[in-house]
Amino acid sequence: MGYVAVRGGEAAIAEAIRSLEMLRAGDGGEPLAVAAIQQQLRLLVDRVMSEGGLYDPRLAALAIKQAHGDPLEAAFILRAHRSNLPRLGESAAHRGEGLRLVRRISAAFKEIPGGQILGPSTDYLQRLFRYELMTEDATAFRAAVQDWFADLPADALPGEFPKVLDLLRAEGLLDDQPAALEAIDITRQTLAFPIPRPARLAHLTRGETGGLLTIAYSTMRGYGYLHPTVAELRVGYLPVMLPDPLTGEAVEAGEVLITECEIIATHETHQGTDGPPRLSLGYGACFGHNEIKAIAMAMCDRAMISGEQRGARHPAEDAEYVVCHVDGIEAMGFCSHYKLPHYVTFQSDLENIRSSRAKMKGGA
Amino acid sequence: MSQATTRAANPAADRFGFLDDFAVREIRRGLLKALAIPGYQVPYASREMPVARGFGTGGMQITLAIALPGDVLKVVDQGADDSVNAVALRRFITAACPELATTTSTAEATLIQTRHRTPERPLTARQLMVYQVPYPDPLQIVEPSEAKRRRMHAYGDYARLWVKLYEDVVRWHEVALSNRYPARVHGRYVIDPSPIPRWDLPKLHRSRAMHLFGAGREKKLYAVPPFTDVVPLAFDDVPFQVERFCDAAGRRHRCQTCGTDDTYLDEIPLPDGTRRWLCNDQDRCAERMSHGR
Repeated sequence: MGYVAVRGGEAAIAEAIRSLEMLRAGDGGEPLAVAAIQQQLRLLVDRVMSEGGLYDPRLAALAIKQAHGDPLEAAFILRAHRSNLPRLGESAAHRGEGLRLVRRISAAFKEIPGGQILGPSTDYLQRLFRYELMTEDATAFRAAVQDWFADLPADALPGEFPKVLDLLRAEGLLDDQPAALEAIDITRQTLAFPIPRPARLAHLTRGETGGLLTIAYSTMRGYGYLHPTVAELRVGYLPVMLPDPLTGEAVEAGEVLITECEIIATHETHQGTDGPPRLSLGYGACFGHNEIKAIAMAMCDRAMISGEQRGARHPAEDAEYVVCHVDGIEAMGFCSHYKLPHYVTFQSDLENIRSSRAKMKGGA
Repeated sequence: MSQATTRAANPAADRFGFLDDFAVREIRRGLLKALAIPGYQVPYASREMPVARGFGTGGMQITLAIALPGDVLKVVDQGADDSVNAVALRRFITAACPELATTTSTAEATLIQTRHRTPERPLTARQLMVYQVPYPDPLQIVEPSEAKRRRMHAYGDYARLWVKLYEDVVRWHEVALSNRYPARVHGRYVIDPSPIPRWDLPKLHRSRAMHLFGAGREKKLYAVPPFTDVVPLAFDDVPFQVERFCDAAGRRHRCQTCGTDDTYLDEIPLPDGTRRWLCNDQDRCAERMSHGR
C-alpha cells in the first residue's frame, strides 16, 4: 500500500503557497538580505528570539523574512525549530555579573554608583518622521558608523557595575537575596499548578510582548495596585558560562544580548513575619533589547508573588491566568484554528438548537 | 504491522517520527499511564510542532510517538481525508515517517488520526484512534482554573457539571452541549471526548479499538482503553440523545449520494433555500457506494 494522493485540499494548499511567494516577491525588487534584517530590524529580531525562546539572530532574521515580517509567525518558526534541538549543556544560575553594558538606568536615585548610562534609547526621541530615510544610501550608513567611532571616549567603561538593589539590601530594606532556585526547563517538564517561580519566569520570558504588556498595564492601572520604581534597567551582553567538558570548570562559550529589569514595589511585611516592613521586588529578563517586555515581566512577577502570598485579587496576580495566557505562539495558534472547518460541530449545534426549539414549542 | 518492532531494533528508523527520543519516551509513558487510569488527564511537556497550536499538535505528537514503520495511517478531519488540515497534517507525518503507508480507508488503517469525528465503520481491535483535542477537561465549561479542576476530578466532584446539565434542561428543554459531550469512563473520570458530535459518543462505549486523546496546547494526554465503559452524563428521565437529522415531519434525512439513513450528515444549503444532506464520513459513503450497500 503506497501513499494515497487525496484531491482538493492538496491542490488548494499548493496554490496558497504559490500565492504567498508571489506576494513576498511583490513587484520583483531586490530581495531583503538576512544580514540587513538582522542589523536594521534588530528590535524585531530581538523580539522574535525572545518569544521564540532561542538566541539565534541569523535564524530569527530568516524567520522574519520567511514570515513576511509577522513577528508571531516568525517566533513560531523559531520555536518549532528549537523544539527538538539537543540540550548541549546547562549553564549555572547567573546574577548578571560580567554583563557588558550597553545601557543602564535607575529611576530610584538621581545618581548611582557607576553612573546612569542612557545608551541607545528611543525614550527621548520626538516621534517625527525622518523623511530623509526614504532615500538614504549606503554612503550615509557608513558615515554614521565612522562618525560614531571617531569620537569614542578614550577610557573604556568599567567591566563591573554595582547593582542598585545591593545598596538597599545593605540597609536591610529588601528581602534577602533568594537562594539560587533550580532552573526549570518548561519545555521538558510538565506544567502543574501551583507553579513555582522559576517556571513562571521561564514562561514570562518567552511570553508575547503585547500580552505581557496588557497584563502588566492592568495592574498599573488599578486591577491591582502596583506603582513600581525601576530600581535598575540594564541592557547588555551577558557571558554564557558552560562547564568545560573535561575539567568541569565554567568557561565562557559566548554571549547573549539581554534586557534585565528589577522593580521595587510597595512595602510589605517581611515574608509573612511581624518584622519591620521591607520593600518588595519584581524581576524581569529577556533575550535581546526589549525594555517594555522586561519591565512588564518584572511587574507580572511582582503581582504573582503578591497573589501567591495573600491570594490573587486581580488577574495579574493569578499565576495560572498569567502563565496560561501570555504565550503568543499558543494564543495565536488557537485563535487561528477557528479558521479551520468546523462544520461537524456546527451541524451538531444546529441539531441541538432545533431540538431545543421543537421541544419548547411542543409546550413540554 | 509489527507492534514488536521497536525503535532500538530498527536503526533505519533513527530519524523516524520527527520527535526526539526524550519526547517519544515521555509521550509513550504518558499514554501507558493514561490507559492504566482510563479518562485521567496525564500532564506532559507538549512539544512545539511545525504546525500551529490548535491545528492538531496533540494528536500529531501521539501519532509520531507511536507510529511504527509498516503502520497504515489515515488522517481525517471533519470526516474528510482531503480537507486542508488533514492534508497538511498527513504531509508532515508522512515526511517524518517515510515508511508509513497512508490510506483513506477506515477498514485498511491501523492508525487513525482524527479531528471532530469517530469513523462510522465499526472499529477493530487492531486499530488505534488518535484524537486532536482543543479542551481536554470537561470541567472547563464550569471552572476556568485548572488547579481547581484537578481537585474536582480527584474528588470525583462533578456536581457543577450536573447542575449545568440540569439548568440547561430547565431552560432550554435540552442539554445545550452538542459536541464535546461529557462522558464518564470506567465509572470514574469524566472526560471531554474532544469535539466529536454526540452521534459518535456511543461508539466509544466498549469499543474494540483503543482511543487516545492528545491536547498539545493544553499539554494533556488521556485514553479510553478497549472494551471500556463510556457513559454520557444524563438524567434518568432525560436520556442522552444523539443528533436526529429529521425533517419537520419527523422523517430521517438520507444521504443523497449513497441513500443510507444511519450516518452523521452534512447539511448543504442550496441557493433555492432547500438543503442537501450528505454523509459526513466520506470513506463510509464511498464504501457503501462501491459495495452497493
